[in-house]
Amino acid sequence: MTEMLESTKAIGRPLRRKEDAKLLHGRTNWTDNIQLPGTLHMALVRSPMAHARITKVDLSGALARPNVVAAYDAASLGDLNSGVPCVWPVTDDTVMPPFPALTGDKVRQVGDVVALVLATDAASAEDAISFVDVEYEPLPAVVNMVDAISPGSELVHDMAANNTSYVYNLGGGYADEVAKHPDAVIVKRRFVNQRLIPAFMEPRAVIAAPMGMSDEITIWTSTQIPHVLRVLLTLVTGIPEQNLRVVAPDVGGGFGGKLQCYREEILVIQLAKKLGRPVKWTETRSEDMVATHHGRDQIQDIELACTPDGKMIGLKVDLLANMGAYLQIITPGIPLLGMFMYPAIYKMGAYQFQCTGVFTNTTPTDAYRGAGRPEATFAIERIVDEMAAELGMEPMEFRTKNWIQHHEFPYTTVAGLTYDTGNYEAATAKAMDMFGYKALRAEQEARRASGDPIQLGIGISTFTEMCGLAPSRTLGALKYAAGGWEHCTIRLLPTGKVELVTGTSPHGQGHETAWSQIAGDILGIPVEDIDVIHSDTGRSPYGMDTYGSRSLAVGGQAIKKAADRVIENARPIAAHQLECAADDLEFANGAFTVKGDPEKTVTLGALAWAAFSAHNLPDGVEPMISGEATVDPEDFSYPHGTHLAAMEVDTETGKVRLRKYVCVDDVGNQINPMIVEGQVHGGLAQGIGQALYEGAEYDSDGNLLTASLADYLIPSAADLPSFETGTTVTPSTTHSLGTKGVGEAGAIASTPAIINGIVDALRPMGVTDVLMPASPQNVWRAIQAAKGAQA
Amino acid sequence: MIPGKFDYVRPSTVDEAVAALVAGGDDAKVLGGGQSLMPVLRLRMGEPSVIVDTTRIDEMKGITDAGDAVVIGAGVTHDDVAKNALVREHLALLAMTTEHVADRQIRHRGTMGGAMAHADPAGDQPPVALAMGASFTIAGPSGRRTVSAADFFVDYFTTAVGPDEVLVNVTFPKHTGWGAHYEKFNRTAQAWAIVGVAATVRMDGGSIAEARIGLTNMGPGPVRASGVEAALVGASTLEAIAAAAEHAAEGTSPNSDIHAEAEYREHLARVLTRRAVAQAAGL
Ligand SMILES: Cc1cc2nc3c(=O)[nH]c(=O)nc-3n(C[C@H](O)[C@H](O)[C@H](O)COP(=O)(O)OP(=O)(O)OC[C@H]3O[C@@H](n4cnc5c(N)ncnc54)[C@H](O)[C@@H]3O)c2cc1C
Repeated sequence: MTEMLESTKAIGRPLRRKEDAKLLHGRTNWTDNIQLPGTLHMALVRSPMAHARITKVDLSGALARPNVVAAYDAASLGDLNSGVPCVWPVTDDTVMPPFPALTGDKVRQVGDVVALVLATDAASAEDAISFVDVEYEPLPAVVNMVDAISPGSELVHDMAANNTSYVYNLGGGYADEVAKHPDAVIVKRRFVNQRLIPAFMEPRAVIAAPMGMSDEITIWTSTQIPHVLRVLLTLVTGIPEQNLRVVAPDVGGGFGGKLQCYREEILVIQLAKKLGRPVKWTETRSEDMVATHHGRDQIQDIELACTPDGKMIGLKVDLLANMGAYLQIITPGIPLLGMFMYPAIYKMGAYQFQCTGVFTNTTPTDAYRGAGRPEATFAIERIVDEMAAELGMEPMEFRTKNWIQHHEFPYTTVAGLTYDTGNYEAATAKAMDMFGYKALRAEQEARRASGDPIQLGIGISTFTEMCGLAPSRTLGALKYAAGGWEHCTIRLLPTGKVELVTGTSPHGQGHETAWSQIAGDILGIPVEDIDVIHSDTGRSPYGMDTYGSRSLAVGGQAIKKAADRVIENARPIAAHQLECAADDLEFANGAFTVKGDPEKTVTLGALAWAAFSAHNLPDGVEPMISGEATVDPEDFSYPHGTHLAAMEVDTETGKVRLRKYVCVDDVGNQINPMIVEGQVHGGLAQGIGQALYEGAEYDSDGNLLTASLADYLIPSAADLPSFETGTTVTPSTTHSLGTKGVGEAGAIASTPAIINGIVDALRPMGVTDVLMPASPQNVWRAIQAAKGAQA
Repeated sequence: MIPGKFDYVRPSTVDEAVAALVAGGDDAKVLGGGQSLMPVLRLRMGEPSVIVDTTRIDEMKGITDAGDAVVIGAGVTHDDVAKNALVREHLALLAMTTEHVADRQIRHRGTMGGAMAHADPAGDQPPVALAMGASFTIAGPSGRRTVSAADFFVDYFTTAVGPDEVLVNVTFPKHTGWGAHYEKFNRTAQAWAIVGVAATVRMDGGSIAEARIGLTNMGPGPVRASGVEAALVGASTLEAIAAAAEHAAEGTSPNSDIHAEAEYREHLARVLTRRAVAQAAGL
């Protein structure tokens, strides 16, 4: 592997992305751009109430409106009102309430869908929905998790005994381990990992069309998961899988928010089939804010025990995880993706985890960049700082004392994962150097001494995460319904060009470029001669799509294996042409050469033509050359890194300024360092967004208060400094390209770095925590509370 | 965006615009730069029957020197206001606050008149108009009238402009040579102000001779911090400014919303007033 990397040309180079010219010139094909003759436009009647019984739905007013063709409520849609699927019941007794595409009995969240209208144009459909007459009998809304699990709480689902979906346990023995240390120092905290809204740039859109007289239905949808979606749509609608084609055209961001099988997708396809016409739906931003699943939303009780000299003894974590009103595709499993990560990079004797999934009258939660791991990383990195303060240790020193050292890999953590490789010392040393750690600590001291109203804090996050989802057997053991493999087919075309069919489904990640770099190097074919085909089940039938930082980590291995197979499949033809034994050939730079006779050589391109014409193939060798591979990863991938933030806090107003952000990430071998850096930048913006700006807030009636981008704040470039990014390279030993995932690292690592920095600035004033988002008011209140406590 | 259905007219004079409003009745709406009206239409918070587009009315577009005052047409964009030489020379505070409105794209569309007529309590410019004693020319079916800033701003999103009237221009008395500073406190770079303090002062021999201070988002409309203005006369030290700034929240009635509670806004008004005045005074 190392050899291959050294001898190659494309891998490791920051090539400009193939896909960018199209994006920059506006030649993209968003789902909403697709216009088919005879299309019916769908508009949805959404509940303005968080919890109410539906006492009447009268569609006649809407049906009488101009250009309206049909209207349905749950009753009139009948059998076509399929349920929205959840494929991850995490325990045998997970409560899985029905989630019909149109709700008939009760509404359970603002934005729940009661009825739909179809019209020949979008404006008429939109106009008509206000003529659907719905009467509601309001019920008390269950908004907050602590109330929801209190005895006697109003029920979100009448079919359940209470609002608990499941209770999951892992590990144990915390109390016993602590008992062995009578002098143990214990720090307990309750952290609130607030609810976030994915807020991708392109709102969702979907259009489904019966294709002529055949039985095929094609659905174009702004999704991250065309392959998984096809299976799910078949399971919920009964449309045979072979008749269903799912296409994800250009997709403007997902961040987990488009890792879903949405009710709108189900409705559009059912209606297209029933009415025999294309049906289309495009959401508005306002709809998106309530109807696209949300992320995070956990209350985290965490307890860390240490010896007085700073050795970790054990960790106990107890979560309340907000499911929202319904379970979507993997809602219950999200906290479990974080469950293995609380012990993070640290060595300790015991770990005990519990998570309670709670129903509330809010938008369902599900995957959002990092999915469970940012929550875990936040809690552990925050409490590590708090413990260091309790022990009077420098927070980096405390980490150093407890982390897995580079010579201890592979290392099996107390949570049961085996990290293949890592070098926390190297990443940290490099980050501290880039940051000017000592000088900033000195400035911090000076500001403290002079009583400067602007205090300086240094925030640390030494994170790791598990990504590259995932070994299928592990997923099975966790009760997830599907596998975690990935597929690639590489076809040599007659003229020597290459089609690379991948099962990954990029929506901004740059797979077309990076995949070409991998295959191009192995096959010795120029990157521009390789066409990457993806995101269309008609052209790329097998795949598990893009999420969980899996595409390179898993899909990259499939590319390597498929490319190796292309070479092996070409070898007998080359041997036949060069009149030698197959074993006498070596392959390099796109050509087979007879060992010791450099004159006798034939290129892959020439072999492609030979295999196409098939005039002179060896006996038993079939025409055309291709290679296929489906790879189930050996393990997760464990990227890590050290992130440092210099936070200035205006102690008079509570406003914070992120002055400097340095991170050194180790994502193993890098295929395209520019794409790696881009992934880190985007992730940082989102993780910093959680720390400082973002937070979905509900009032006590369950109305979403942050229902527009004027109130749900996301950072822009103007709010962020120029990130200083660096990398170390510790190749993975469980992934054939030595790569690790990078898609979520920035979002996972940065949130605690920011909050740790703010708390570090204010600790002398007695502040030990700040609520997220650390808005000026939240910071100011923390300062006021600390002053009050000291007074 | 799918708004409700409406008719659209684009008059070329103020009189035609007024006539169109009269013809349209209560449901007619003036369109300026559209940066506040379009979101209202998009969210269907309003469904006007007629939109009267004033962007082609020449009379509403200029900035003119009227001796001791500068007259700014209601249709002048924020960007043109902020960059105008007359404004920068004589109304430094207005130029500064206008530079802080929204983002570049919005400043190229949104207008002085639209911002005043919309009267968002979080708007950056209305407090400047109030503090500087601006007056407003309003045209209606019975002719034109002039309204002082104190009478112009009535309540949340409510001004003296009637449904069949058009705001034609705003006249600002010159404050040539006054020091100025705007402290806009917001959460993201392009967000509306949680609190804003616009301060302009006339210095005389190292101490403040006169001060004008307007507050954004400290009540249903713009607020003038008269208590601070009075207390600042004669101030020549940061301590004196700080003492005067303690009056900043007096007589205000700020809202509580998801970004800030009233109590916090009051605190911010005091801190930001101190900072704005210190900067404006060069102390
Ligand atoms: C994302 C965003 C951020 C913003 N941030 C800020 C900010 O930080 N600070 C700030 O101050 N503003 C902000 N704004 C508002 C912006 O300044 C608007 O331009 C301004 O409020 C309205 O001006 P307009 O010309 O676009 O008016 P329009 O949107 O056209 O009209 C607004 C209202 O005024 C009425 N109107 C307009 N012109 C006249 C007239 N001549 N006579 C009578 N009535 C009239 C309209 O009927 C309508 O009711 C923001 C807007 C957006 C969209």
